[in-house]
Amino acid sequence: MSCEHTQQLLDAYVDGELDVEKSLAIEQHLSACPACRKRHEARRWVRVAVQSQARYFTVPDPAVRRIQAHLDKAGGGGRTLPARWLSLAATAAIAALLGSGTTFWIGRTSSEDLLTQEAVANHSRSLMVAGRITDISSSDQHTVKPWFNGRVDFSPLVVDLTAQGFALVGGRLDYLDNHPVAALVYRHRQHLINLFVWPDDKSAAAPMRAFARHGYHVLHWSGGGMRYWAVSDLNPADLKAFGELLATQG
Amino acid sequence: MPNSSKRAQFERVVLPHLNAAYNLARWLTRDDHDAQDVLQESSMRAYQYLDGFHGDSAKSWLLTIVRHTCYSWLEKNRPAALTTVFDEQLHGAGGDGPHADNTVPADGPEALLQQKQERHQVQRWLEELPVEFREVVVLRELEGLSYKEIGEIAAIPIGTVMSRLSRGRNLLQRKLNGTVDEES
Ligand SMILES: [Zn+2]
Repeated sequence: MSCEHTQQLLDAYVDGELDVEKSLAIEQHLSACPACRKRHEARRWVRVAVQSQARYFTVPDPAVRRIQAHLDKAGGGGRTLPARWLSLAATAAIAALLGSGTTFWIGRTSSEDLLTQEAVANHSRSLMVAGRITDISSSDQHTVKPWFNGRVDFSPLVVDLTAQGFALVGGRLDYLDNHPVAALVYRHRQHLINLFVWPDDKSAAAPMRAFARHGYHVLHWSGGGMRYWAVSDLNPADLKAFGELLATQG
Repeated sequence: MPNSSKRAQFERVVLPHLNAAYNLARWLTRDDHDAQDVLQESSMRAYQYLDGFHGDSAKSWLLTIVRHTCYSWLEKNRPAALTTVFDEQLHGAGGDGPHADNTVPADGPEALLQQKQERHQVQRWLEELPVEFREVVVLRELEGLSYKEIGEIAAIPIGTVMSRLSRGRNLLQRKLNGTVDEES
């Protein structure tokens, strides 16, 4: 590949948007061409600078309350469940008391559908509420795993997969399928993954199943006496790779 | 559908992506209050059009509405923000050519990233990018969206996503390298 062609495709290359064949051609060129290597390094640098230094603005609570008020006026049914919108911070606490199925129930759904709804709701709620994503923040599995002692009556498998591209962010206690569950949080690039783990009442392992729901991807399986539900906005292929890494660890 | 179930659907479809919506609105309007106004209006539109959402990505759907609302809002209230002054020194020859920015300061990126002063500068440099470059950089780097998703949201072909991203990054890279005088 020529220098000119390499430069044209450099952004698509750093963004992971090229097919394998073109990526390999670029890699070959980079290993042989110091000038393009420098350009590539500069690209990496500008991306790191923006990702680490440009602010991600989060919506202020009063703005959410104003939207709530407008929907109430429009007859949006907010009166039936007023607690939901009182504040985002209150949402998690109330949902934990009620069980999230109460909030997101849509009726006549299979248990798998319902659990998918619940898991997605838990995931999005964990992202929405500042400080809610983890109760214990650590990339060290030997810090995160013992944290669950006494909080749940089982010992979840906690593995750091940083080397495989899935960094452990931490853990928290959550509530799913009428159980307290261990929620383990992983990060892959900018995408967060919630992995919910709790004991399986069936002894047989269940194969992996994948779903998409409201823009999120869900993957679940069981093995070694535990159920695993992973939720993320990560693409299905990467989420599957994550699940398979964990399934082989268990 | 009844209002209560529509409200529940709004919460399932729209609420999880409200931060992404606000972040885009804030980067396009560059003002807290304006972004909140745009978010409010976008949310009402999303509620109104909810029955029309059957797609797989609620996030892309909502961001499309937010972007559209932002542009209408800017046209009406801040037309100057959409009038891009194309400075030849910034955008001229060399933007993608052999003189494209390929220098990395001796200190390396890590040293830069530790300097708090620089943090504000990167923020400001991104805010100063022409809006058509700024939006693709924000959607790619802060939202982690694919070219295809960005193309759908901004209603442009994937090739245009790539070239705008490349242009935007070239401009930022020049600022980072200090090769462009602040006043020029
Ligand atoms: Zn080259």
